[in-house]
Amino acid sequence: MEQERKLSKDADPEKDVQEGKSLPDQLQIEDPEEVKKQMQQILSKEELDRAFDARFPKEMQQKFRGARVAIAGLGGLGSNIAVMLARSGIGHLLLVDFDTVDVTNLNRQMYLVPHVGMPKTRAILQILYQVNPYLDYETVQAKVTPENVKELFGGYPIVCEAFDKPDQKAMLVRELLGQCPESTVVSGNGMAGVGDSNGIRTAKFGNRLYVCGDRTTDVGGGVGLTAPRVALCAAHEANKVLQLILQEDS
Amino acid sequence: MVTVNGEQKNAAGQNLLAFLKTEGYEPERVVVERNLDIVPRDELEKVVLEDEDVVEVLRFVGGG
Repeated sequence: MEQERKLSKDADPEKDVQEGKSLPDQLQIEDPEEVKKQMQQILSKEELDRAFDARFPKEMQQKFRGARVAIAGLGGLGSNIAVMLARSGIGHLLLVDFDTVDVTNLNRQMYLVPHVGMPKTRAILQILYQVNPYLDYETVQAKVTPENVKELFGGYPIVCEAFDKPDQKAMLVRELLGQCPESTVVSGNGMAGVGDSNGIRTAKFGNRLYVCGDRTTDVGGGVGLTAPRVALCAAHEANKVLQLILQEDS
Repeated sequence: MVTVNGEQKNAAGQNLLAFLKTEGYEPERVVVERNLDIVPRDELEKVVLEDEDVVEVLRFVGGG
């Protein structure tokens, strides 16, 4: 049941709300390009730039705007990382996933009920264009294999590993480190259950790999994956990406 | 002696794949660095550990 709780005193929420541009009653547009157009009509680039100016130093914004980041996997980790990086104004995101949104994804991934059944690459675009319709998003609906790693991610200075199966995670990290010498890899490893939040950490492994997670809790252990801990790990990955971008020329 | 994840192991002479299995690792779920180089999956069996090698084994768990 829909409920909006009213406060007893000074309970006039309308009073302080500035006149805004309202969203369509129901956002039923499926084509991400249409979503992008609609969002750009609602919010001008200048308006969004001014908001960024108010929040981030110019130099930081420019670095974020010029950055190129790839995300492999758009599940609990990848969908959260993508939204966080879009909110940060990362200029170009490559988003790769072969799968479609399933009901079982709703417990921790960014997707909403209307996305069920849709390819994750398409669903994430709908979401990202609503977060920031002025960034460059490239999607590839494909399964990552040792044979296509270089074609997909070659040339990307930063690649986020955001798969869920351990053999796939290991494969991607191994192949990226072996085949893409210019890429730094940020990976997620161990975030199942509801264990200690502070157990999730970021550690450097060799020169070009950062591993985020508790490194031990396996989803196979029957503890499941929950939104908070998956988002914690995703935030570790996204924050490492931002750190790497800001360090790049220094 | 071979240094594996910071620990001394009497593993010189073994191939990496055999060593990993002895230690209980699942080869598909690990990334192995030997003397700062990543060892490709299909070379694990060909690489024979030598005295003073430094090996890092990163084991992945499921979830994402």
